[in-house]
Amino acid sequence: MDFLQQQDALALLSGDEAVALAAFEAGVKLGTGYPGTPSTEILETFEKLGGRAQWSPNEKVALEVGVGVAFAGARALVTMKHVGLNVAADPLFTVAYTRLDGALIIVSADDPGMASSQNEQDNRRYALAAGVPMLEPADSQEAYEFTLRAIEISERWQLPVLLRMTTRVCHSKTIVRRGTVAIPPPHAPHFEHDFPSRVMIPAYAKPAHRRLRQRLAEIAAWNDEAENVETRDGQTGNGAAENGQAGLNQLVSGSKSLGIITSGVAFQHVREVAPEASVLKLGLTYPLPLEIMRKFASSVERCVVIEEGDPYLVEGARTAGIEVEGKPESFRFGELNTARVRRILEGDTTPEPKPAPGKPPALCPGCPHRSVYAVLKELDCIVAGDIGCYSLGVLPPFEAMDTLVCMGAAIGVGLGLRHSLPPEEAKRVVSVLGDSTFVHSGITGLVEMVYNPPPSGHVLVILDNGTTAMTGMQEHPGTGRTLSHAQTGKVIFEDLARSVGVRNVHVIDPTQEPEKFQKLIQECLDLPELSVVIARRDCLLATRAIREYERCHEQPAN
Amino acid sequence: MSSQPTNVVIAGLGGQGVLKASAILADVAFSAGWDVKKSELHGMSQRGGSVSSDVRFGERVFSPMVPPGKADFLLVIASDQIAVNWAALGRDGLLIAPSQIDESALPNQKSINVALLGVLSRYLRFPVEAWIAALRRNLPEKLHEVNFQSFYLGRGEGPDDQQTSSQDSEETDQQAMGRAIEP
Repeated sequence: MDFLQQQDALALLSGDEAVALAAFEAGVKLGTGYPGTPSTEILETFEKLGGRAQWSPNEKVALEVGVGVAFAGARALVTMKHVGLNVAADPLFTVAYTRLDGALIIVSADDPGMASSQNEQDNRRYALAAGVPMLEPADSQEAYEFTLRAIEISERWQLPVLLRMTTRVCHSKTIVRRGTVAIPPPHAPHFEHDFPSRVMIPAYAKPAHRRLRQRLAEIAAWNDEAENVETRDGQTGNGAAENGQAGLNQLVSGSKSLGIITSGVAFQHVREVAPEASVLKLGLTYPLPLEIMRKFASSVERCVVIEEGDPYLVEGARTAGIEVEGKPESFRFGELNTARVRRILEGDTTPEPKPAPGKPPALCPGCPHRSVYAVLKELDCIVAGDIGCYSLGVLPPFEAMDTLVCMGAAIGVGLGLRHSLPPEEAKRVVSVLGDSTFVHSGITGLVEMVYNPPPSGHVLVILDNGTTAMTGMQEHPGTGRTLSHAQTGKVIFEDLARSVGVRNVHVIDPTQEPEKFQKLIQECLDLPELSVVIARRDCLLATRAIREYERCHEQPAN
Repeated sequence: MSSQPTNVVIAGLGGQGVLKASAILADVAFSAGWDVKKSELHGMSQRGGSVSSDVRFGERVFSPMVPPGKADFLLVIASDQIAVNWAALGRDGLLIAPSQIDESALPNQKSINVALLGVLSRYLRFPVEAWIAALRRNLPEKLHEVNFQSFYLGRGEGPDDQQTSSQDSEETDQQAMGRAIEP
């Protein structure tokens, strides 16, 4: 990569690239994850730098693999978008009880404002709920440094660490100075039996929970220590890029009349809008440095918390009896920017100007999904949909998707509709999801369909375009290629469907044979049985690359 | 307090090279030693929808997003996106639009993003060599020549005209861009 070839210590990097660079420099043994905006580029960059990175079928598996890496004493990086952590929440809550020998860094890339997501959940809540230390970088320099500090914290307290980023940190490019944080080299991987630390049966989990709370109390005390608060001159402030090593928490000295507590990218807006204010910028935001916050709040006449999303810092402060001013509820929605931060500080709750509506995205001309939606609309289907490019089927001219909840939900929701609707409506229900989504969370839905079939049967259409198109053409287990496009084991959807007991399994190219496709769907709808239709045609944007990968496999380099 | 950064918003439709154009501009500013921040939203916008990217550079940049109504330059690659992004432009800001390019003279229609960077380059005090170097770094080699040509078309001078025209362009700079920062 360009920025590694540069001898110069400075590079203009996105937050995602900065995390990858730090992970590579720290000798992370394995990076795992599932593609999801705005996190995808972390593993892609890590792999390009020379690190070993893998796409997992979903975030739960990715985290579990990472747990194994850390149990072996090595360093693991696990990346996902915010909603991915819901999928990975099961291992998250219990791995927090265990004792790691290596490091486990979980990146949650949140999407306030929902630039490309189905919700804007604030995953800082997960750190609190699971009892996992959390760092929140505010720019690429901090993304780089906090990744290294997270590894250090993870190994020191033998706990997983959540690196919570947001879209504007992940995708903004800012200047990074390398080599600003030194951490110890990774341990040599090895295994020693330690049943009470890693086998969470109740007898071992009960003391393990107490041990976790003890460690969190230690980290809270450590977070309150002076070494973790870097004081900066208000005139120069935010000197990360020029000075290197930002403290985990920063205190920007300024006016006594206005103090602002903030974290993440909101800090940047605050510094621009209120350069005169005293600012306490928190980097290690779970457990919170409550004594530092208390001292800061009492040192200023007015103390305002500026944070994107949920009132996480506000609630943390108030629970500890620290009096702070929060933001009006209307600023809980969407991203913050300088204009909104100014409004919060001025108490201005008048209606905000609405941004001019842009041109909405649409399915590409010639996209194979178009052929499918044209038929589903024509046949007046009730479509339980899912997450991917094909979510655009809800927009005109198709308007042929009726539900979208989460990855894989198409199948379960479709079955629920079939179970409940009157027969004439039930038989029009179709579940539609993409190839990568099917592998992510659709396989268990397929099993449910076989196990609890509705009386009217059901029709599942897998839109197999040979790639994870929405997030930028990533591989998945159904493509038979690894993250770096090398050949590997391949999950064959039609074989899988037959093996779990679906008798009517069809593979068809919906673009090449539109009439046959329509006839097939009609037949499946009329049949009170279970059908799986795999609509297979490569994504137009990926066709060339796929052909190239296949050519490379056929002619291995000598 | 340090001086205000220069704010550029680049807008268009998915697939038009909005993000490539902003990457090239950010690279030029970074190479010139400025603090730089560049920000945009990826994702759904890639499917032919509206895309915009913010580039800010100066002595010190805080927020990665250009505040509404504070863009010094609004560079729009698709004419129908001018209205959508109009609110970004400051009162004294400058619109750079496809109408300023003789599209029939473009060596390749796809390189209009770079031609518009050529127009922008007239108002920013980065040497032409810095732009050419950034184009080299950000584009595959087979596209270099086409994009150099497009850049010069927008800039309104060829590589051989530099000596003779540098005086003129400096005057234009001063007239049009009192706020452009000195490198």
